[in-house]
Amino acid sequence: MAVAAAQAVGEGRDKFTWRRLSDFAALIGLVIVFIGLFIATPNFLTIPNLTDVLVASSVLAVMALGQQMVVVVGGIDLSMGATLPWCAAALAVSYAHGVGLPLAIVVSILAGALIGLVNGVLVALLNLTDFVVTLGTLSIVGGITFLLTGGNNIQAFSPFLQSLALDGVGPIRWFWLVAVVLAAAVWVYLFRTRGGTHLLATGGDIDAARSAGVAVKKWRLLAYIASGVLTGVAGVLFVARNGGADPTLQTNLLLSSIAAVVLGGSSLFGGKASVLGTLCGAVLLTSLINGFTLLNISQAYQPIAVGAVVLMAAMLARFNR
Amino acid sequence: MTAATTDRSTPATGQVLLEASELYKSFGAVRALEGASIRVFEGEVHALVGDNGAGKSTFVRCLTGVQAADRGEISFQGTPLVMTDPNDARKRGIETVYQNLALIEELTVWQNLYLDREITRFGFLDRNQMKTKSQDILKRLDVNVPSIHAKVQKMSGGQRQCIAIARAVNWGSNLVIMDEPTAALGVRETAAVERLINNLCQDGIAVLLITHDMDQVLRCANRVTVMRRGHDVTTRDVSTVSPDDLVGLITGAIQPESRGG
Repeated sequence: MAVAAAQAVGEGRDKFTWRRLSDFAALIGLVIVFIGLFIATPNFLTIPNLTDVLVASSVLAVMALGQQMVVVVGGIDLSMGATLPWCAAALAVSYAHGVGLPLAIVVSILAGALIGLVNGVLVALLNLTDFVVTLGTLSIVGGITFLLTGGNNIQAFSPFLQSLALDGVGPIRWFWLVAVVLAAAVWVYLFRTRGGTHLLATGGDIDAARSAGVAVKKWRLLAYIASGVLTGVAGVLFVARNGGADPTLQTNLLLSSIAAVVLGGSSLFGGKASVLGTLCGAVLLTSLINGFTLLNISQAYQPIAVGAVVLMAAMLARFNR
Repeated sequence: MTAATTDRSTPATGQVLLEASELYKSFGAVRALEGASIRVFEGEVHALVGDNGAGKSTFVRCLTGVQAADRGEISFQGTPLVMTDPNDARKRGIETVYQNLALIEELTVWQNLYLDREITRFGFLDRNQMKTKSQDILKRLDVNVPSIHAKVQKMSGGQRQCIAIARAVNWGSNLVIMDEPTAALGVRETAAVERLINNLCQDGIAVLLITHDMDQVLRCANRVTVMRRGHDVTTRDVSTVSPDDLVGLITGAIQPESRGG
């Protein structure tokens, strides 16, 4: 019909807007940080340093992928800050008690899944507010981890973990591979499977998704479990990198995981995800901290910088609505 | 094409598709339905009209399984229908287009058309097949959207309505129930939706159309059921009534001779 056709003209093309710009915030930010640090210090853009930055980014990237799964359904997982050391402690403590390494790794991932399950049941099935629930589990899990480790650094030395942290295939480090393979898996799941479509639909408009027949409770629950599982994997990387589980190391990773997701172009309101953006966001935040170290800037500025980036990301998210 | 040139000579002589008889529903002291009945024939556009509070919404919610009636029977294609949730109605081929449309803004047109009924191959989405079939269904129903690859948030109200209707029709349904499909639309968009209703009718799909627009009843429907105070007061062939008659029947100014239908 002519009427509808006439209306259609000019509606199909995207215009340049803040919304479009914010989709690429992480990539643009990454380029700016790289150029800035390249100018500021000759030590940044070197192969050994970039290799280190990417290895350090991997732990954050895997956590951010977990955060991404929850953010996609319109939720948020604040418990991650405690779940990471909890999973690391589960690995280190079970390994220290004679559990074989493969099983100890499984224990770490299951420990993450358990926290995800608790969050998911409370948020998705009992309809409690995600913010409050995961803040509550953040505190509880932090306390339990402290009891489990006695507040000490539990060491876990194993040739496998050492090799995982330090080696790779040629120039490709195992850490990068883990992060990239998991990112690819998350991307395929979100954008190429039925489950992913339902996660996006649940986050996009939960009432509409429910009316269309989507099992929204199930998908919200699974999102939190996925977040826990990915945090468990991040915990394994964390132990490999640090040679053990130190419950006091980790504090800024929670905020960084949220910042990476939002900088990456995902909407905190749900329904919109960008896996590549999340990876870029993780590398951006890690580069920033690396640059501060290279430039000998006081450690006090690191949380300030991360916080500023998060606020900027929040502003972008505002335009993103 | 002019808007909604429904071929009203199509007689409602087919089989009875959906029949509800003497439905009762109370909410505490409020008696929302008091013996409401309706018969929708195959392939007809059946309008349901009534004032606010006449019980239309409750009636429709009972017909689609969203609410259970306290008393009364519903049958579909001759067999009694026991519905505990909307999926029961959907499984039998009754699709409802709710006023909120149940579309996901962030997903594309084709993703919305296949939401919860995705086609998969080896566990992965068969995107090409869904896109091709989406093109086909929109073409068959003569629905114009800028692109099936565009997100629904880029669509106008009328286009959204058409997409939601197309989704309902896509599932081989025999009956599409539409709740005020044009209430929020402008004149041109209303025309597009009415044209789509007409297309459905020609495809042999029955439509139960809940509306406040008396002219729309005359433009689109074959028959019309008027509700008042929780029950149907009359069902008429649209060719035998005027808008004034309908308004009179709705307000009670005109007393029907029989409940008919």
